Amino acid sequence: MSEEKKTTRRGIAAAKSLKKLMADYFYEMDDAAKTGSRKIAWCTSVGPAELLRGMGFLVYYPENHGAMLGATRMSTDLIPYANAMGYSPDICSYLTCDVGSYLQKKTPLTMAYNIESVPRPDVLVFNTNQCRDVQDWFAWYSRELNVPLVGVHTHRDIGDIRAYQIKDIASQIEDLVPGLEKVTGEKFDMDRLKEALGHSRRTSELWRACLEAAAASPSPWTFFDATIHMAPAVVSRGTKAANDYYELLLPELQQRVKEGVAAVEGEKHRLYWEGMPIWGKLRALSEQLFSLKSCVVASTYCNSWIFGQLDPDEPFESMARAYTELFIVRDEPFKEQYITDCHEKFKFDGILFHDAKTCPNNSNNRYGMPERLSKKLGIPVLTINGDLCDLRCYSEEQAKTNIEAFIEQLEER
Amino acid sequence: MTDKQPETRNLKPATPLKSGSSTRNPLFAGVDVGASRTKVAILDAEKRLLGHAVRKSGIDFTETAEICLKASLNMAGALREDVASCVSTGYGRKNVLFSDETKTEIGCHARGCYHYFPMAMTIIDIGGQDNKVIKLDNQGRRLNFKMNRKCAAGTGAFLEEMSMRLGIPLEEMDSLARKSEEMVELGSYCTVFSGTEVLEKIRQGKKVTDIVKGLFFSVIKRVLEMDSLTDRVAMTGGVVAHNPILVEMVEEITARDILVPEYPQLTGAVGAALFAMEDKK
Ligand code: SF4
Repeated sequence: MSEEKKTTRRGIAAAKSLKKLMADYFYEMDDAAKTGSRKIAWCTSVGPAELLRGMGFLVYYPENHGAMLGATRMSTDLIPYANAMGYSPDICSYLTCDVGSYLQKKTPLTMAYNIESVPRPDVLVFNTNQCRDVQDWFAWYSRELNVPLVGVHTHRDIGDIRAYQIKDIASQIEDLVPGLEKVTGEKFDMDRLKEALGHSRRTSELWRACLEAAAASPSPWTFFDATIHMAPAVVSRGTKAANDYYELLLPELQQRVKEGVAAVEGEKHRLYWEGMPIWGKLRALSEQLFSLKSCVVASTYCNSWIFGQLDPDEPFESMARAYTELFIVRDEPFKEQYITDCHEKFKFDGILFHDAKTCPNNSNNRYGMPERLSKKLGIPVLTINGDLCDLRCYSEEQAKTNIEAFIEQLEER
Repeated sequence: MTDKQPETRNLKPATPLKSGSSTRNPLFAGVDVGASRTKVAILDAEKRLLGHAVRKSGIDFTETAEICLKASLNMAGALREDVASCVSTGYGRKNVLFSDETKTEIGCHARGCYHYFPMAMTIIDIGGQDNKVIKLDNQGRRLNFKMNRKCAAGTGAFLEEMSMRLGIPLEEMDSLARKSEEMVELGSYCTVFSGTEVLEKIRQGKKVTDIVKGLFFSVIKRVLEMDSLTDRVAMTGGVVAHNPILVEMVEEITARDILVPEYPQLTGAVGAALFAMEDKK
């Protein structure tokens, strides 16, 4: 196996606009927090963001902050402060690094945007569709900042989605409205919700199309690129700004496909990434795989921000459906079929499972799925032990050797 | 020749292996720089093991690899320029300045083991710092592999730590365990917890021989829970080489005959040398 080499890659031009979009997003929020010009809601990543947008909130996502703490590798130093407060090193490291960041008054926003602190919330809104940790996380801030906490409790491990589940979730979302009206001091306006839903639906369509560009061989971009370019789909969904961004990115990706531009020069192997990103090691992993001529073409993670069911004509029901049909909410057979369908579409020849120590919810290797999928799809799988933000749980050397050996294994086939 | 950028740039440059062209029979070198020990194997074109050496890897992997190469060439009665090609493997594979290529230890163990036992099998390698379970098909191709996770459980490091705690030399553990009459079972995963458990057993008056056997049993349990065993089973690695009781215990627990290559500790180095030979073809 040859050594890792640094090679120049043709960058994605839209990245420039991405930087601006993100800066605008944070400056607008910072300004609102300082002047009180707009109400700010904190929302979990797959929480009812459209409702919040539709009610005029600026929406801030602590998970995005967690990812930034991870990517800047501030997280590993900050997590222990939350641990010392009784929040175990075994629970979500987004939670612990974010709380640590609050306690230590340190945020990557300062370095990136010269913003002193994250925006103070007026309300905290969660959805347990992804895990219980988000509720506990927001509850901590609710106590600390004396801010109202509301949320949706989703059914979990669902196979077929039943009408009673949708009815329940839809009414839970609708029930949030009076409390939120109290915070905004304004009456709920259905048209504004529908508008936000329309935007969000469009964001989903565009984002899906961007991700599907990677079905081309060679792939025009990688999972590692997508973890960066997904930011607007995460923080600005339900706004026109997000759509404008993807209207820019999508044609660029399509053009790359047309011209045969490979994200990984001489692409030899195509892989699927299952589980959370290892935020602090994205670059290292991307470079290693690049040098091994291996492209991670698809991932469950980036796909998680596709809410294809959103429909302005059925606001609450469609939100319920969109938030419930997500991979993370579903049972093992559904998840396996989902990855099988991805295999069909993206034609990958191996799967990397990331077993994130602090996120059992999004570590799908723990109930025998790698073994079952390997058998079903006839492709090898590898589990990498690590974590999203807590690099104390990650052995870089071991992960690198495992990946290198995995690619050797693919080459023997 | 790969254009390597080894991490140890400040070290004095090694003499390139292919500095002269030898008219003698070409040899092939495999260098396995493990976190604990460095192993070198020299094979001739007939795949005969002519020379080999094992040293503590220490902190200067480059230097240790050099020393091992010299020792094994000495044993083979060969010169540096007789080596036609060299592959390095193991934790410190990128620190071997004279190798032509690197391969992972997983690949090299598989290759080495298949050389001795050309059949479908499960390989259990117990090394100083990590374990591997590798499955091969009957062509020697890897079907899958697993390395142990991030702790010492089930590795040589665990045994080393425990031998220190018990105050007995590592090399005596095998013979002590053989004297055990009633093995003491240890329950915990963690090396620190196991340490406490061992102290507890001593307090309870358990015999050291029985505790030592329990320590070996603990290593085996950790390894067996990594993967299922399919087809024939082979065991390799330094810990196996120095503690053959492990093989006997696995045979007893699994009711299988276990295959063990002649020099279990050299399996990775032999595999690397075989890759070196194939690369030359
Ligand atoms: S899904 Fe995982 S990473 Fe996301 S908030 Fe929950 S525990 Fe944390």
